[in-house]
Amino acid sequence: MGASGGSDKQKKYSAFGEVWRQLKKNKLAMAGLVIIVLLILIAIFAPVIAPYSYVEQDPLQKFAPSSREHLLGTDNLGRDVLSRLLYGSRQSLQMGLYSVAIAAIIGIIIGAIAGFYGGWLDNLLMRILDIYQCIPMMLLCIVLAAALGPSLTNATVAIGICSAPGYARLIRASILTIRELEYIEAARAIDASDFRIITKHIIPNAIAPMIVQITMSIGGMILSGAMLTYIGLGAQPPVAEWGGMLADGRNYMRQHASQVIYPGICIMISVLSFNLLGDGLRDALDPRLKN
Amino acid sequence: MPALLEVKDLKKYFKTGRGMLHAVDGISFTLEQGQTLGVVGESGCGKSTLGRTILHLLDATGGRILFEGEDITSPSRAELHVLRRKMQIIFQDPFSSLNPRMSVSAAIMEPLLIHSGLSRDDMQAETRKLMDTVGLAERYANAYPHELDGGRRQRIGIARALALNPRFIVCDEPVSALDVSIQAQVLNLLLDLQEERKLTYIFVTHDLSVVKYISNEIMVMYLGQMVEKAPSDELFENALHPYTKALLSAIPEPDIHCQQERILIHGEITSPINPAPGCRFMARCPYASEACAEPQILEEYAPNHFVSCCKCGELNK
Amino acid sequence: MEQQNLLEISDLAVEYQTDDAVVHAVNGINLVVRKGETLGVVGETGAGKTTIARSILRILPNPQARVRAGKILFDGLDLMRISEKEMRKIRGNKIAMIFQDPMTALNPIERVGDQIAETIGLHNKILRADAQRRAVDMLEMVGIPGERYDEYPHQFSGGMKQRVVIAMALACKPELLLADEPTTALDVTIQAQVLEMMQSLKKKLGASIILITHDLGVVANICDVVAVIYAGEIVEYGTAEDIFDRAAHPYTRGLFNSLPRLRSSERRLKPIGGLMPDPSNLPAGCKFGVRCPHAQSVCHAENPGVRETEAGHLVKCFYAGGEY
Repeated sequence: MGASGGSDKQKKYSAFGEVWRQLKKNKLAMAGLVIIVLLILIAIFAPVIAPYSYVEQDPLQKFAPSSREHLLGTDNLGRDVLSRLLYGSRQSLQMGLYSVAIAAIIGIIIGAIAGFYGGWLDNLLMRILDIYQCIPMMLLCIVLAAALGPSLTNATVAIGICSAPGYARLIRASILTIRELEYIEAARAIDASDFRIITKHIIPNAIAPMIVQITMSIGGMILSGAMLTYIGLGAQPPVAEWGGMLADGRNYMRQHASQVIYPGICIMISVLSFNLLGDGLRDALDPRLKN
Repeated sequence: MPALLEVKDLKKYFKTGRGMLHAVDGISFTLEQGQTLGVVGESGCGKSTLGRTILHLLDATGGRILFEGEDITSPSRAELHVLRRKMQIIFQDPFSSLNPRMSVSAAIMEPLLIHSGLSRDDMQAETRKLMDTVGLAERYANAYPHELDGGRRQRIGIARALALNPRFIVCDEPVSALDVSIQAQVLNLLLDLQEERKLTYIFVTHDLSVVKYISNEIMVMYLGQMVEKAPSDELFENALHPYTKALLSAIPEPDIHCQQERILIHGEITSPINPAPGCRFMARCPYASEACAEPQILEEYAPNHFVSCCKCGELNK
Repeated sequence: MEQQNLLEISDLAVEYQTDDAVVHAVNGINLVVRKGETLGVVGETGAGKTTIARSILRILPNPQARVRAGKILFDGLDLMRISEKEMRKIRGNKIAMIFQDPMTALNPIERVGDQIAETIGLHNKILRADAQRRAVDMLEMVGIPGERYDEYPHQFSGGMKQRVVIAMALACKPELLLADEPTTALDVTIQAQVLEMMQSLKKKLGASIILITHDLGVVANICDVVAVIYAGEIVEYGTAEDIFDRAAHPYTRGLFNSLPRLRSSERRLKPIGGLMPDPSNLPAGCKFGVRCPHAQSVCHAENPGVRETEAGHLVKCFYAGGEY
């Protein structure tokens, strides 16, 4: 039962206004969004908010418990855990956002070409992706690290490249669906150019699942980033990174569980909030769920 | 003066995994300016493909199409661009034929943007005029298709088709998705427009009562072929082909007194993939005999009344 | 001859809660279906036809839909009050429903015969072999050879699938059959086959049928009694003769006028102007008032009551029975 065709009372929402209206009703997604905004603010203003620098050591206070000076205590080198966590958000967000950007750009270009032109080109590109997807991310990362030295940038690039095929497949699939719709034929009937059809008719309609995919995968990318750092292929010490903090804390886990619990919670919260937002966006963007 | 549209032995086949699908198989007709040709048939008979092939939304497999006396069977890119202004299409489904992310005015303006070369202001004025012509209130200009009902959406489709001032429009089931009371509004609009603008229509539909109301001439299609073609009244009073008769008798009339004698045909449409050369209706036809396995010839049984059935003379004595 | 009432709906009102509005889908409907009778419920998209059928079976979408008022008596049993467990015994057994789209009503990976047998087994404690035998009988009754028991839905054409759906609905010998646009998705020649079949089954089984449709032609073909529904209200109710010969409500008349007919030489249809009102924002007074060519000021102010213009012919209009 849709309230179709309100004759007098016409509500007007632009496409994005409508999505925003739907999203606002989803409390979990909004919670996710608020946390993400907070995380971004923390990352930007880390030097202002953090009580200490992330490298500042206090040899007399190793593994200090929570106190007024060190709200979350200190680590094995006497560095303030809270400050390191705050600085760590920078690395995690950077890894998440940059690797998504790399993956999305590569993926959209390959997927759009394959989807729109089809035929042998499509076949060729998809087979290349098939092969490419067989390469374990870890291996690629190790190779990159071996060639260029382990660093946050190389880990980010590796994650981005490895996630690109997923995007390519997604955008190709939605273009293939849209290409068959009647409004594309309607555009052909008025002799709209390929460029116009792609930019005005296909992309705006294919973008919705992309936005969802992008949001949902940032969480996954943050996790991968943390994992790569954990095994020493990502951000290098003394840079504070949540995965790295986990790795350092692992040795003292039995006596000082807080060393792994705090960074663990940070990773969890940030991943969770991106996933919640992505879930909410999917519901808001899916017209079938609209009332 | 040549006829507006002349189609000769038009064929459109599709390659499928199981063989060639004969969607349109040797259709010929001429259509004079200002007339409406109704094309009727059940789902899968190739009626929509016929309309799209004439418009070059699909490439013909064989045959010739002449528009205003000129051969347009295989136009160049530039020729096609000009042709699009003269020939347009109205789609069946007002839900899927409009880009959901384009506002009403943007959708109607799009053809002008591509073809007219007018200034932005002139285009906007023209868009308003078009909306007025098809009976869309101005306050809907910034609305999106999903906010409108089926009838209004179909009016957007009509306005788009009219924007380039075409001479010929293929109406592909334009009212099938609409409720009866709205359907009548849209049909009347199409008739008014035809009168005002001297439009020529090919009206594709499965609904015989609608086609009777709007067409001068009706073609009945079955599995890609024309089985009967006659002036509208003649076809309804004096249908000759067994399929047309069955089709006519199958329509439930909104009248409890006319006890129609239903001619039930059994079975369902056979596959249009690699069809046998004979009459395609043969498998369901109660009068089929060996002669029907031969290719059928379209013959003129009465003035302008063509039937493709070898038993037609015998059956309609 | 006074027949027994099988189903009585009184004062049924159903609404849907959407994000920012309440959609009044059904607004106080009274209906009676007698044993062995076929009732046609005619109306346009969004008039509330399907909501009525769903209310009877209690399969309204939860939690959006809410039955605001009303009583549905089936064979003396108040369907609104019985427990879900009792309802399950009735659903599919005593009351069966045929949905509009045969393509989605069948499970694509199960043999059609088994799907029918399963329905039978669900409501009857009988041996599997017996259920299968009855499934074959049902297939043959709807004109499908029993040998096709082992085939899958994709091997059937649209018309055959709809027959299977009908066979499934009839498998438990329901007393009431709800058919929601059973032929709308079919081609005319196939529709004719299905209608013919329904007519003969109606005689054979003696079941009552509620046929929901927008097609007055289909109604004329098989219905004894007709209810015309507009914006969630019954605007006219009577025997097929009452409606088809002596339509009294302006909406019913408008519907007939907007139908293109085979046997008329009219060159112009007379459509009903305007659109159905937004069901979340219904006008005061007569809901058809804004579109009605005969509307007077009273029509916009008050909701007209139902009048009986002749025995059993009910019209919801101030001017019914008189001249407009």
